[in-house]
Amino acid sequence: MNKPIKQHLIDPEICIRCYTCEMTCPIGAIEHNDDNVVVDADKCNFCMDCIPVCPTGSIDEWRVVLEPYSLEEQYEWMELPEQEELEVDGGAGEDGIEALDEAMAALLAEAHAGTGGKPRAPATAAKPTVNLYNLGKPAEATVRGNYRLTAEDSDSDVRHIVLDFGGQPMPVLEGQSIGIIPPGEDAEGKPHLPRLYSISSPRDGERPGYNNVALTVKREEKGVCSNYVCDLKTGDKVKVTGPFGATFLLPSDPEAHLMMICTGTGSAPFRAFTMRRQREHPNLEDSLTLVFGARRPEELPYFGPLKKVPESFMKKHYAFSRQEGAPKHYVQDKLREEADEVLRLMQEPKGHIYICGLKAMEDGVNEALADIARGAGLDWDAIRDEMRQDGRYHVETY
Amino acid sequence: MLDLINVSYDTQIPNNVGLSSDKRVLKALEKWHPGYINWWNDLIPENFQKSLVYLRTAVSVDPKGWAKFDYVKMPEYRWGVLLAPQVEGRTIPCGEHAGEPAWQEVPGEYRNMLKRLIVIQGDTEPASVEQQRSLALTAPSLYDMRNLFQVNVEEGRHLWAMVYLLHKYFGRDGREEADDLLRRSSGSEEAPRMLGAFNEETPDWLSFFMFTYFTDRDGKMQLESLAQSGFDPLSRTCRFMLTEEAHHMFVGETGVGRIIERTCQVMKENGIEDPYEIDRIRSLGVIDLPTIQKKLNLHYTLSLDLFGQEVSTNAANAFNAGIKGRYMESRIDDDHKLQDATYEVTTIEDGQIKRIAAPALTAINMRLRDDYTRDAAGGIKRWNKIIEKAGVQFELKLPHEGFNRKIGVFANQLIDPEGNFVTGAEYDAKVNDWLPTHADGDFIQSLMKPVYEPGQYAGWIAPPKVGIDNKPGDFEYVKLHMA
Repeated sequence: MNKPIKQHLIDPEICIRCYTCEMTCPIGAIEHNDDNVVVDADKCNFCMDCIPVCPTGSIDEWRVVLEPYSLEEQYEWMELPEQEELEVDGGAGEDGIEALDEAMAALLAEAHAGTGGKPRAPATAAKPTVNLYNLGKPAEATVRGNYRLTAEDSDSDVRHIVLDFGGQPMPVLEGQSIGIIPPGEDAEGKPHLPRLYSISSPRDGERPGYNNVALTVKREEKGVCSNYVCDLKTGDKVKVTGPFGATFLLPSDPEAHLMMICTGTGSAPFRAFTMRRQREHPNLEDSLTLVFGARRPEELPYFGPLKKVPESFMKKHYAFSRQEGAPKHYVQDKLREEADEVLRLMQEPKGHIYICGLKAMEDGVNEALADIARGAGLDWDAIRDEMRQDGRYHVETY
Repeated sequence: MLDLINVSYDTQIPNNVGLSSDKRVLKALEKWHPGYINWWNDLIPENFQKSLVYLRTAVSVDPKGWAKFDYVKMPEYRWGVLLAPQVEGRTIPCGEHAGEPAWQEVPGEYRNMLKRLIVIQGDTEPASVEQQRSLALTAPSLYDMRNLFQVNVEEGRHLWAMVYLLHKYFGRDGREEADDLLRRSSGSEEAPRMLGAFNEETPDWLSFFMFTYFTDRDGKMQLESLAQSGFDPLSRTCRFMLTEEAHHMFVGETGVGRIIERTCQVMKENGIEDPYEIDRIRSLGVIDLPTIQKKLNLHYTLSLDLFGQEVSTNAANAFNAGIKGRYMESRIDDDHKLQDATYEVTTIEDGQIKRIAAPALTAINMRLRDDYTRDAAGGIKRWNKIIEKAGVQFELKLPHEGFNRKIGVFANQLIDPEGNFVTGAEYDAKVNDWLPTHADGDFIQSLMKPVYEPGQYAGWIAPPKVGIDNKPGDFEYVKLHMA
């Protein structure tokens, strides 16, 4: 069997045949006849130059295929074929493609595996752009700041990094990741592959209207990239790929209620979600719940700023596992305490559950959710499948 | 170093041409700027000027990041001077100088010809904004209003682009021409716009969509041929303008398509099979397909006139001089000089319409018009697919090129839309089936009631399939200023 590949296609029902894409393509991969404008799968190298110039959005279509559609087939189309059902590793959720390059797609598939099946984006999420930059053509960002988020006496060094993209577009959505390419080579003398980091700022920039992106990065002992990132100084240049991710996204519907469960740097996407909501709908009440675990308050990233978010805007439950003079608490304990709320979100069509953090948290959280469901006479596996199908259940763990 | 990709905002006029170090031109443009702002402010009704419109602003000429979407008050839109990046070693693509290095300065011998082309192109840009000035008052949705304003601000930017060339390369008379571009006004008695089609008002939204489909497509063909100019600054300007122009084509094609879709839908819902049951269809508040055909006939034929005479020595001279190329010149496989080549042009001989071989050099207009017709036919095919899909028996057609013409060999000939010569009596008997009547205009006008609720659309037009910038259906494209 052939290995599935990703193919760039144009939606003939939406395209107006202005040929701007064809003129823009630097390698002549796009051509047209009197009927359709088509992309040659043998030539297209996913450079993405054609995507922003399209006046209709018809250009931004991708399919995972075993055999690419030929030019002749594409010329015959009246409409774009549906994505065929394929068992693909690290590739297409039903909502499209998380990343075009295989290595990044595999990483994301691994990170989303805890969802228990093909993840789907929330129904009202904005359409993400993926893979605008890749290993061959990375973007170059400038470091605008690098701040330690954890207390000085803590052995956990978590940092808030702000990257500026200057004139290069970086159209990210909350929940997406970017890849950082550490300089140098690996043991085999090959350049390092990018490491993925979830962005922790909203789509309109860490600072509104600025083309910048924030990351939340924990220094890992011997971590090639995390040490590189945590040591970055203002003004340093960084090679970036992405954006990646097409399912772990924020619903646009302001009535969607989100329960966000995280530990440590897993808070990054939820910081982005919260800031987006605050900027867009500052007066919303009771639609966000955060369950955040750390060893001690001093090691909880963004503890200070979080305290300033009113409880009416976001309910916050902290679980500290090493706080002096207090019993050990984990996020799953907090979930059990909030069982009624969790149950409600499981069953409500507008309820969404997001989990982000270390792989190690997955089992405990899953058990807690199963217990809560069972307590109400419900079957968590069935609920989870349904929620995932509806784009209401999301897991990103690493 | 001069950054030729990213737009500099260090002067009042965003640009990628190093304006801040070109004091003479910067000063001239800054002097022209207030007049432009006045023109804009006098044109668009005040409550729209104060409204926040979700517009794209060109911020770079790099294809990846050329546009940025955000809410903008139109008078604060960053109109700028943007040229596509210079292509290293570019040569003159056509005419007797083909193969020589492209001109970076105006070649003296072609100065007047070049200036005239730029002025004519420049004159159409503000003209269409003037023609469309009242449409927002009857916008069928905020989405459509936003598209109208996007077209308007970009036409404004195209005016800027031409004015920059005039100031930069044509000295004192360039400055005078630039001032005249603001002095002339569409439909004015004393100082009308230069081309006839640009002095007609755009009275309703069907006309607007037809205009952007057919007339802006002429603009696109003209820009395509100026983008082939051996005068490099003009070529680079037009290449960048084409990216924006594509949006105007999009507004036209989808606008007409959505009207057709809605008409077919309402016909089906009410069990109407015959598209010629005009009164019944109209009583349901949608525009019948025969009327859409009549509008199409009108706008297509008016636009054909914009291509000028079929055989033209002016066009031959411009091509031969390397000032203006053909559509997709660089992709045509010939010697690009056309000294001995021929091209078939339409003509009338012995009372019959024929195509005869003429020197290709003098047939440049004809060729461009043929390219235009081919380009325009594509959209008609896609409109017909909408009708077919709905199961309605009707087919829209481009009328014969000889129908309803005022310029060229067909000027004032009595020819029907099928291309047959008819008598005056026959013409009079049928003309109301071929071209829109005042009564048709009254009916269309009666539908023009504004719909300003986000996500809502007037009853005669279907919602778009996809939002602008991937926005959801109920996105508030214009935050209206409520006085």
